[in-house]
This record gives sequence, C-alpha cells and structure tokens, in this order.
Amino acid sequence: MPDLSTNCGGIRSPNPFWLASAPPANSAGQVQRAFDAGWGGAVWKTLGVPIQNVSSRFGGHNVRGVQAAGFNNIELITDRSLEINLKEIYDTKKKYPKHAIIVSLMVETKEEWKDIIKKSVDAGGDGLELNFGCPHGMCERGMGSAVGQEPKVNQEITSWAVEYSKVPVLVKLTPNVSDIVPHGLAAKRGGAHGVSLINTIKSIIGVDIDRFVPEPRVGGLSTNGGYCGQAVKPIALHMVAALAREEKFGLPISGIGGISNWRDAVEFMLLGSSSVQVCTEVMLRGYRVVEDMIEGLEDYMRAHEFQKLDDFIGKAVPAYSEWGNLDLNYETVAKIDASKCIGCHLCVAACQDGAHQCIWLQDTTHVPRVDESECVGCNLCKIVCPVADCISMVEVKNDFQPATWNEHVEQGKPLRPKKGAH
Amino acid sequence: MAESLARDRSESVFGDFKGAYTREQAVAEANRCLFCTDAPCIKACPTHIDIPQFIRKIATDNLRGSARTIFDSNILGMSCARVCPVEVLCVGDCVYNAMHMPPINIGKLQRFSTDTAFERDWKFFEAGPDTGKSVGLVGGGPASLACAHELRRFGHQATIYEKRPLLGGLNTTGVAPYKMKADRAMEEIEWILSIGGIDVKTGVEVGNQISVDELEKAHAALFFGVGLGVDTAMKIAGEDLMNVFGAVDWIEKMKTGRVTTEGMKHCVVVGGGNTALDCVREARGLGIERVTMLYRGVESGMSGYIHEWKAAETEGCRAEWQALPIAFEGKGKVEHVKCVRLDAQKKPIHGSEFSIDADLVLIAIGQAKLDAVKLAIAGKKHCFIGGDFQNGGKEVVNAAAEGKAAARAIHTYLTGK
Repeated sequence: MPDLSTNCGGIRSPNPFWLASAPPANSAGQVQRAFDAGWGGAVWKTLGVPIQNVSSRFGGHNVRGVQAAGFNNIELITDRSLEINLKEIYDTKKKYPKHAIIVSLMVETKEEWKDIIKKSVDAGGDGLELNFGCPHGMCERGMGSAVGQEPKVNQEITSWAVEYSKVPVLVKLTPNVSDIVPHGLAAKRGGAHGVSLINTIKSIIGVDIDRFVPEPRVGGLSTNGGYCGQAVKPIALHMVAALAREEKFGLPISGIGGISNWRDAVEFMLLGSSSVQVCTEVMLRGYRVVEDMIEGLEDYMRAHEFQKLDDFIGKAVPAYSEWGNLDLNYETVAKIDASKCIGCHLCVAACQDGAHQCIWLQDTTHVPRVDESECVGCNLCKIVCPVADCISMVEVKNDFQPATWNEHVEQGKPLRPKKGAH
Repeated sequence: MAESLARDRSESVFGDFKGAYTREQAVAEANRCLFCTDAPCIKACPTHIDIPQFIRKIATDNLRGSARTIFDSNILGMSCARVCPVEVLCVGDCVYNAMHMPPINIGKLQRFSTDTAFERDWKFFEAGPDTGKSVGLVGGGPASLACAHELRRFGHQATIYEKRPLLGGLNTTGVAPYKMKADRAMEEIEWILSIGGIDVKTGVEVGNQISVDELEKAHAALFFGVGLGVDTAMKIAGEDLMNVFGAVDWIEKMKTGRVTTEGMKHCVVVGGGNTALDCVREARGLGIERVTMLYRGVESGMSGYIHEWKAAETEGCRAEWQALPIAFEGKGKVEHVKCVRLDAQKKPIHGSEFSIDADLVLIAIGQAKLDAVKLAIAGKKHCFIGGDFQNGGKEVVNAAAEGKAAARAIHTYLTGK
C-alpha cells in the first residue's frame, strides 16, 4: 500500500490533499465534513479583520458546454468573527488531531500580525499561510497581492510571522507578477518554511452583453476578480516548476491552481509540490471529489512502484529546461491509423488552417494523407482528433546528430533542413 | 391559411413521435457535434445544409444564424426537420456511428432552430429586384414551393397552380401525423409565401381549368411538380367493398378531414413501402387493436425503412411476410382478406391460401405515374420538372432540393446567368 503521508514544510497530514483557503474551508462544519470525506488538511479561510462581502461573488467561464472550466470570485477574506473562527479551529483540531489545519492570515500592522499569529497558534493551527495573494478588494487596502507583488514587503512581513510563530509558515504567492522567482526568494529570505502557489489571477470573467456590465455584476458595476479553476492549471504548473527548479530557492511548495483530479495532483507533485490545495473543484462538485484523488494517486504510485510521495515529488523538474536546450534535430511526424479514422477531417482543417498544410483530403478514401516531408510534428492534428490513438506522433530517424539552438550558435552544430516553412 | 383546415381532423389525436428539444437538451447535443470538416452529414443531405455550422450556432446561442443557415439551403427546413428519414440520411452518416457512439440528433436540432425561427417570426430572405420574368409552377407541393421561393430570391415572378384547395402537396396531405400535422405544413407555406410575389391559384388543374398552351402564353418558363397520380389498385375481387381504400387517399382524408375507425378491430395494410409503414402506424395510432401488414417478400426485402418498421413493431403492429391478398370478402363492407403465401420468387404456393379478418383495408402498393404530362412537355426547353414527378416518389427533402435546383436552372434559362 503506497504511503500518502505528507510533510510540507513541517506541516504533516495523512495525505497531500488540502482544502485551499477559500469558501470550502470557511467553518468547522465544513472542514470537519471535508476531513470525514477524506481530505488530509485544510487551509482555513483567511482570518483578519472581518469584512463585508457583496451579493453576486462568483462567475463561470463556460467552454463548449462545460460549465465553469474557468471560475472567478470577488469574495474577500472571512466575514466571521475572529473568536468564532479560532474556537472552531480549536474544536476541529481536537477532534481531528492527525489532520492538518493551516490558518491563513491577512492583517496590516506588525502588532496585528503578532496578535493574530499568537491566537492562531494557541488555537492549535499546525501551520500558518500568509495570504500575500488575493488580487481583488483586499489589495486595494494594501494587503493580499499588494504585499505579494513587493518582494521587500513580502520579506519583511514574512520575517515578522516567522519570528512570532511557533509553527511552520507558508507564504501564499500571487501569480500577478511577471516572474514568480524573486517573490519566492523574498519569502525564503524572510524565513518562510515553504510557499503555496498560485493564488488567483486578476481577471474579468465575462461581460453581460445586454446590460454592458462586466460579470459578476453587483448592481450596475463589477470589479476584477480572481481567476481559478481548471483553466488556470497550466499557468500554475509553470509557476510551481519555475520555483522548483530555481537552485537558490529549495523550499517546499504547496501546489495550487485548477487541481481537479488525481492526475492534476500528480502533475503538480512531479513538478515539485509536496502537498496540493483544491478549492474550485470542491466548490463545483463538493468534498467527495477527494475519493478519486486519493484512489487515483495510490494507483499511480502502485503502477510506478513508488512507496512514498518523496519518491516522485519533483521527478519531472529536471526535464523542465530552456527552449535553447531542446534538440532541434529530434523529429516526429503524424501517423494516422486508417482502421481507426472516422473521417471527421478535423485534422485536415487544423493542419490546413492552423498549422503547416501537410494533411490532405483524399478522393479515394475518407482517411486523410499526411505529407511526411512537410509535417513539422506539431501535435495539432493529434490534439483535435476525437478518436483515441488514431493519430500518433512517431519519432523518425534522420541523419543528424542531436543539436540544440545553443549548441548550434555556440559550436556550429548542424541543423536538419526546416519542414513546413513553405 | 392554417385556419382553412378543419379542427376535428382525425390526425389530431397523434402526439409527437420524436418530440422537441428543450434549450438545455439542444445545447448539450449541439456541443457534442465535432464540427467535421467536409462533413459526411452535409453530403448525405439532398439540400446540402451546412449542418455543422447550424449546430455550432445552437451551441453559441446564435439561433437566428442557425436557422438562417438551414433555410438558406432548404426553405422547407422546418418540415424536413420533422419528416426527413434522418436515420438513412444525415444522422446515418454522422462520424459518431463509426466510433460506435450515438450519432448527433441532427433532425431534432434542426427542429429546435427552425421552430424557434417560426415562434419568433424571423424572416431571412427578400425577393430580388424584379426581372420582369414570370414563371408558372404546376402543382403546389414542396418542389414547387422551394422552386417558387428561390425564383423570388432571383427576382422572378411566380404563380403556383394547384388543383386541390390546399397547398403543400403530400407535406400537407401525406406526412405521418406523429411527425407533422397538416396545420404545421400550412404554417410553413404561409411563412414561405411571405417573401411576397408568389401568386397562388388553388382549385386549378392544368388540363381542366387551364391548358399547357395557356400557361406557356402567360409565363416565360414553367415548372412541373405535379407529384404522382392516384393509388394503384390491386385489381382483385372485392376491392370496391366499403372500407377498402387506397392508402394515399385514406391518409389525405385522415389528415385534412375525418376517417372512420370507430369499432374497427383489425386493419390490414397491403404493401411494404414507406406509405404502408405509415399506414400501419397510423391505423394503430387511431386505436385499431390489430394491425397487420401484408407484404409479398421478406422483412429484409421491404422498400420501407427498417427503422420505421421497428417503430411500428414496437407500437404493436404485426406483419404477414410473403403474403399476397387474392380477394377482399364481406357483405357490403370488407370483413376478411383472402391471401396466398408466396415463395422466395414471390410466386403463389399452391394450397397455401388463408384468410384474415379485416374491417379496414389500406392498399399501399404505389401510385400512378403521370406520364401523359411528361410526354406533353418533353423536349420543351422552357419546361422544368422536380419532386416526385421527377424522381418517382422520394422524400420532401428531395423535392426541396430538386425544386431549388430547378429554380437555378430556370434563372439561367431566363437570364443566361
């Protein structure tokens, strides 16, 4: 049986699946039901000075009939009193001693940080998460992403928190920066035990085209919200990997961003996440999605004979490189399995209109023809093909030795002739 | 125009066999469409509707565009959505079949778009600038309607001559009512005619009230979409008994007026084509308990669609395969059908005679071909034809395609373009 026990920056949990700091981790009733459903930890919805929220807080980005493939929100931190939240954290920790409860925090002054950290640790929090990521509302008041976007401020507040806290401190980073690395390094300089990322992305989810107001609409106005859900996963994966491969960084990472199933979780872990946090999928489908996450992860580990999470955390990081290190003489072409082709010709339109014009209709058969002498091996046909394994990208041998752009420039290594550059 | 129909028509008891989509259902189905390039469904449609485009527009909530796409290819797209045998046309060729997955329900999606257009009274087409040319169209069925509408888009004047009091041909008088009722066909005609400039003369039969000569004098070109003639008779004993009907004749009465089925317990339908299949399902739907189709050949040899027969079977209809009626018997009214069994060559097997009860007999073995009309116009360059008259009896969608193609040919004839 694979061992899912997790240690992220000193915060331990029975499995790596944590509820992210968000509506699903708003109260004891919710967090306890989540733990009963199988979640290994929860980052309690951010404590601070309780706020007042608006009506109309969420928006969905629908894609070809899939509702909320992307999601955004303009909800702020907790609107409940600090006392109630702390009491519920205490009660929940008593009842679930092995589960991780991480307390997310966002306040302004040093005194406020000192006070709320003491209370959170006293309540039994296993760790703290400093919310330097919220990109809407709170940042207008000088908190959230306003902190996360300024490495000096990030470092300073982190150092206060580390000073006042007896439990590990994670810094939650905002993706609303041009390069995540300096912000991760700032958290490290401040003494953080780890980082969590990504928080949500500044976004406008849509526009009411008849009322001429962006969404979600609050009366006659709207505001930018935080984008999340499955659509943001690629952005999150990149930011996680960017820190994971940064030699000067080296802190544990709690991965967040569009994780909806076990496979997403595995991908985040392969790129360096020690734990993963989930919000949107729970908001859309409920706590029971964790069953598939645990089972799928275990099955994956069995298939690869991984005993524990550390056996594969970060395993794909070394393969994340620079473009200049990619082998330009590595060559693939598309092969269509004629016995599987249904004749939809999506590959033809994709190649002709969207790629390099190497797939052609044929008069004699419904199976299109790939002109391999022009096929650049771009994958687009395979991506649009609705039939599993009908189109495969097959490596072809050529007479050229591997040569990267860097090697070509620096050493003059020869490159194979271009294809599809007609 | 629909109000010219009787209210208490026999067909009124039928519900919708396939039913309409709700918006959610339509959008979900539309989102399944792969948007094939060079799509097989388009090729399978006689009117070549750009099916992936109209379906995509349902998914994107561009319903007006969706309906326009349909009607641009087929002005009878609303009725075709209901009456087309999609199983053997567009849906039958959907690529999902090759994946052994349910094909896209194109008929129901087309119905969703076109019904929406009718509900909201969207109009898409305007008559072209007047060319001063006039075309006479003989017969008021789908072929002539499609032809006339297309002629108006070119700017030609059109006059339809129809011998019946109602326009629409078999679309009005022949379509199985669980697919479409006559009032809906009439609404469609009204919608088509709203392009303006189509003169309609009903109760006018060419050869009786007006001659081909007169038509030739009045119009620069003529289109003949006169369909088929009367039901073919069996020419066997007892065919003149009460309650023995030609199928097309009986269906017309059922759709535009009333037929008697009260107290009837056993209906026999003779034939194995699609009209016979309509008849058995209609007789069953009108409450006749035992409905039997008599067909000369075996099940797999029927000219009727197998999906229609399966539906008929599900509804409780039965068949006597390799059976031929040799006499209708009864005192005044038909009471029995005397039959003989046929061998594989459809030859009677001696001594195999049997009799089945019947208080209603519908003969669906074909309709006369109007060869005399064909002969009268043969070789005349200003005469064009389409629909059942041309193809011998196919679907509404074939008539729509042929009528439209004829309009283009007429336009070329009239203008050289």
